[in-house]
Amino acid sequence: MAYNMKEIVAEKPSRFTSGHRMCAGCGAPPVARMIMRALKPEDHAVISNATGCMEVSTFIYPYTAWTDSYIHTAFECAAATCSGVEAAYKSLKKQGKLPKDEHTKFIAFGGDGGTYDIGLQSLSGAMERGHDMTYVCYDNGAYMNTGIQRSSATPKFADTTTSPAGSVIPGKMQSRKDLTEIMEAHHLPYVAQTAAYMNFKDLYEKAEKAIYTEGPTFLNVLAPCPRGWGYPTEDLMTINKLAVETCYWPLYEIENGKYKITYKPVKKLPIEEFLKPQKRFKHMFKAGNEWMLEEFQKEVDRRWEDLLKLEEMSNKE
Amino acid sequence: MRQNEGGKIMTNIDKNTPAEKLTIAGNIYEAGNAREFKTGDWRSVRPVYIPEKCIQCGLCFPVCPEDAIPVRKDQKRVDFNYDYCKGCGVCAKVCPFGAIQMKTEGED
Repeated sequence: MAYNMKEIVAEKPSRFTSGHRMCAGCGAPPVARMIMRALKPEDHAVISNATGCMEVSTFIYPYTAWTDSYIHTAFECAAATCSGVEAAYKSLKKQGKLPKDEHTKFIAFGGDGGTYDIGLQSLSGAMERGHDMTYVCYDNGAYMNTGIQRSSATPKFADTTTSPAGSVIPGKMQSRKDLTEIMEAHHLPYVAQTAAYMNFKDLYEKAEKAIYTEGPTFLNVLAPCPRGWGYPTEDLMTINKLAVETCYWPLYEIENGKYKITYKPVKKLPIEEFLKPQKRFKHMFKAGNEWMLEEFQKEVDRRWEDLLKLEEMSNKE
Repeated sequence: MRQNEGGKIMTNIDKNTPAEKLTIAGNIYEAGNAREFKTGDWRSVRPVYIPEKCIQCGLCFPVCPEDAIPVRKDQKRVDFNYDYCKGCGVCAKVCPFGAIQMKTEGED
């Protein structure tokens, strides 16, 4: 069925409610809400959430912004917890202790800190064991919840509280880890990278595919952070757009090893367009720092070229 | 399994609530009870909906982080739910028709 956003929003009630305490203009709630809408209304879901912004502000006891079962889990355990619940569910179902005609889906949410860094081993384990679950990483590129400390998802040169740009260092000194590729190296049935762009079509379709593909699946979703990235709250969708149009955050999916870039910008924008509105990259535009922009652009180009090659190679007969 | 355990409302508890008034293990059985927590008082600027300019294109429906834009079954939006709107302004920015204007709270 063709994607009809208006119909989806009107017909499917939100499973991620109002009254949560994420910051005004946060990029994560629209993403989480759309992913939850990708579930069939009759299906139940179990959410396991790693420590991060989303965990501490959607589930401030005794309030929950989730209408599905929710497990508040520790930083490193979102995937492990989710896989355990899935295994128990399978066993109970086999024993006939759960109704046959009801289905439960298992989704783990983690920020980039809880996924790229702290939760990577449990995520890798759960994926390798082949549990029927979906892991969603909402990537805001630093430990925003604790005060903007750099993570391995933070792009190079970004100014964070633990990689302050100044006369000694030019912001974060290391390159960003490519988690989507790491997950692909697990040879999962479905891995995708997406963002809230083009009416959320890409996000919704990938979430639906991930949730309803049997086996372990992974979604990496961009979730801009006005506080940590330093842009006005109202610019959320502009930032999403620029991340995609500059190929900083390519939209693609990998189905059983076959790459498919789901959006190719007609005209790839220079990376400056994405960096300029963000305060964390402000120092890159100072005189004498042009080399940073050049290096950043080179890195983006290299990764994009690699992706194009991978798409071509994996689709060769 | 999914019903409210003995009708206990967990949002009514405080540090002096005796254990027997709590659910087992303090579980919350009321799905999505964060709705009881109104975040509208965070707001310093307010989006104003101008229905005459709105063509119901739907661009603003999914971008609201607070789900404060109610959409009816006939796929049409209505006025904002100010109980939750935090005034981020994302909706006003995505509207190409000027049907949402941001105003400072307290101003007309």
